[in-house]
Amino acid sequence: MRMSYREALRLALREALQNDARVFLMGEDVGRYGGSYAVSKGLLEEFGPERIRDTPLSELGFVGAGVGAALGGLRPIVEVMTVNFSLLALDQIVNSAALLRHMSGGQCSVPLVLRMATGAGRQLGAQHSHSLENWYAHIPGIRVLAPATVADARGMLAPALADPDPVVIFEHAQLYNLEDELPDDWRCDIARAAVRRAGAQASVFAYGGCLPKALQAAEELAAQGVEVEVVDLRVLRPLDIDTVAASVRRTHRAVVVDEGWRSGSLAAELIARIVETCFYELDAPPARVCSEEVPIPYAKHLEEAALPQVPKIVAAVKELLNV
Amino acid sequence: MSTVARFHIDHVRFLDPQGEALGPLPDFARDPAQLVPMYRAMYLTRTFDAKAIALQRTGKLGTFASALGQEAIGVGVASAMRAEDALFPSYREHAAQLVRGVRIEESLRYWGGDERGSDFAQARHDFPNCVPIGTQVCHAAGAAYAFKLRGEARAAVCFLGDGGSSKGDFYEGLNFAAVWKAPLLIVVSNNQWAISVPRSAQSATATLAQKAIAAGVEGVQVDGNDLVAVHHVAREALAKARAGGRPTLIEAVTYRLGDHTTADDASRYRDPAVVQEQWSFEPLTRLRNHLVGLGAWGPDKEEALARECTETVNAAVEAYLNTPPPTTAAMFEHLFATLPAALVAQRDEALRFTPRKAGGQPGGDHG
Repeated sequence: MRMSYREALRLALREALQNDARVFLMGEDVGRYGGSYAVSKGLLEEFGPERIRDTPLSELGFVGAGVGAALGGLRPIVEVMTVNFSLLALDQIVNSAALLRHMSGGQCSVPLVLRMATGAGRQLGAQHSHSLENWYAHIPGIRVLAPATVADARGMLAPALADPDPVVIFEHAQLYNLEDELPDDWRCDIARAAVRRAGAQASVFAYGGCLPKALQAAEELAAQGVEVEVVDLRVLRPLDIDTVAASVRRTHRAVVVDEGWRSGSLAAELIARIVETCFYELDAPPARVCSEEVPIPYAKHLEEAALPQVPKIVAAVKELLNV
Repeated sequence: MSTVARFHIDHVRFLDPQGEALGPLPDFARDPAQLVPMYRAMYLTRTFDAKAIALQRTGKLGTFASALGQEAIGVGVASAMRAEDALFPSYREHAAQLVRGVRIEESLRYWGGDERGSDFAQARHDFPNCVPIGTQVCHAAGAAYAFKLRGEARAAVCFLGDGGSSKGDFYEGLNFAAVWKAPLLIVVSNNQWAISVPRSAQSATATLAQKAIAAGVEGVQVDGNDLVAVHHVAREALAKARAGGRPTLIEAVTYRLGDHTTADDASRYRDPAVVQEQWSFEPLTRLRNHLVGLGAWGPDKEEALARECTETVNAAVEAYLNTPPPTTAAMFEHLFATLPAALVAQRDEALRFTPRKAGGQPGGDHG
């Protein structure tokens, strides 16, 4: 069945709400409005206002309430409108959700799922275009996921809800309209990265909104006779370094594509891991394509120039291969 | 112009500082069978408190936050809770925790830097001490909502201080509980000091209880050194919460007779004469005088209680001091339900550099 990334997310939400009475969704505008990215459209009518809960405008408050509801025996799905607003709730995520198991000597479990839109490319201005997945991937105690395909949009929620620890799911804002065939087996292993395209000459690692760009770059490179493997990291914490290293051992070259800013980025972490684990497999220094280290501009052309784009990825691969 | 809403805040007090009844008392307040266990819990808290400070001063405990002078609040509220309710304490509410069944040796472990101390043997529904200020108000609101959604007649009880009531978390949690009609009791232990910042510099409001009004929550101020008043108000608030899922904010007015923590020296910023004056309002004497007035208490019983509390505390201290400190591996133990492979490698790496036998007392290095 063909569907959009948004529809796949909604299908997963509906299934979770149907299958488990402990599951409820809360966030700003998730009810009558259907979510600011229309993911929860129709769910209020189906499940009622107690389980599709519009919250007051207070990220700190409702993320904290989500932590409490998880401790109280529910399986809350908290939608933070975007990663930009999650900064207001960082204390609850970093100091409470991620730490309570530790701080309680194992007594408390926080089975909380936090969903949030991330990323730039929609001309929303510097304060609404952040890619801060790496901030969350830095924190022990939480799992961080980035569905980049329709199948993963469908498949990641159930295992995230089954996880006894907090899970943060990043939905890239440019992916909501992505359409694809939903495969029969859309179930997702939220511990593993996924190889999305085979190719022998270099490995391109990407996640979230950069995956379609990496696949497009691979397509263009193939037309020029260069075959690259594309690996979707998909799990940003804990990183699946085995899949990454196996790919590097096959291709001996690595390019990391990351919408985050270069300094202290996930790309930096991945390259460090690659160097640590398979330095002697490398035929060239690893390369990365990140966002320019500037506030993401509002003007369309500038925004495009600031972000990783297909030509930049193509050029990085060709430079690495010296072709 | 017309007035569209009008509000007031009640102040509740049954016993004067000498323990004399100011008017008719609630039934429980004339029943020694109910009052004596609460007096005992207050006495045990104070005994524990003094011992914990002594342990910290001799390098056997980490930083400790004393509840000296505030015992009636934790005991009065927690004694009104049912086992299935959930407590969300700040770090100064061991009075409430002891009533809830948290063991003294568990509390000592916690203050000694051993997270196993918060894995309570008995108070399984309760939260660990919340060190960040006010964040637990949101947790408690969420838990209360969970109880409601699950159709359980349970309540969440959250403690914070006067300083905490200035936090956004406090307002947001309060607001949630109100619009969601969640069975929540918020207790502000107003001990007049947020470390060195006095109540007057904390908020311009006449009471902290009135902060509830803006959220549509009932707010009441109570003499926090009057166990009878605290327990009475908490009982009513919890009955209301369980029956209809309505939150209440109780401001319990008290005074921090000790330092903020053992890392603080309050004499640098407050007048010892004022502190001395506050001793005449402290809660144990007040309740003891009332019990004596009821003919239920005397020097023999007081002496026996002192002996019993000292023995209980000493036994707990011994158990604490005989607990081997947590190992390096324990750092990784409760990070996730199942440790991811990458962290297994980090743990093994960390263990390589760990002496086989861990030495020293937990918390001994703290200030």
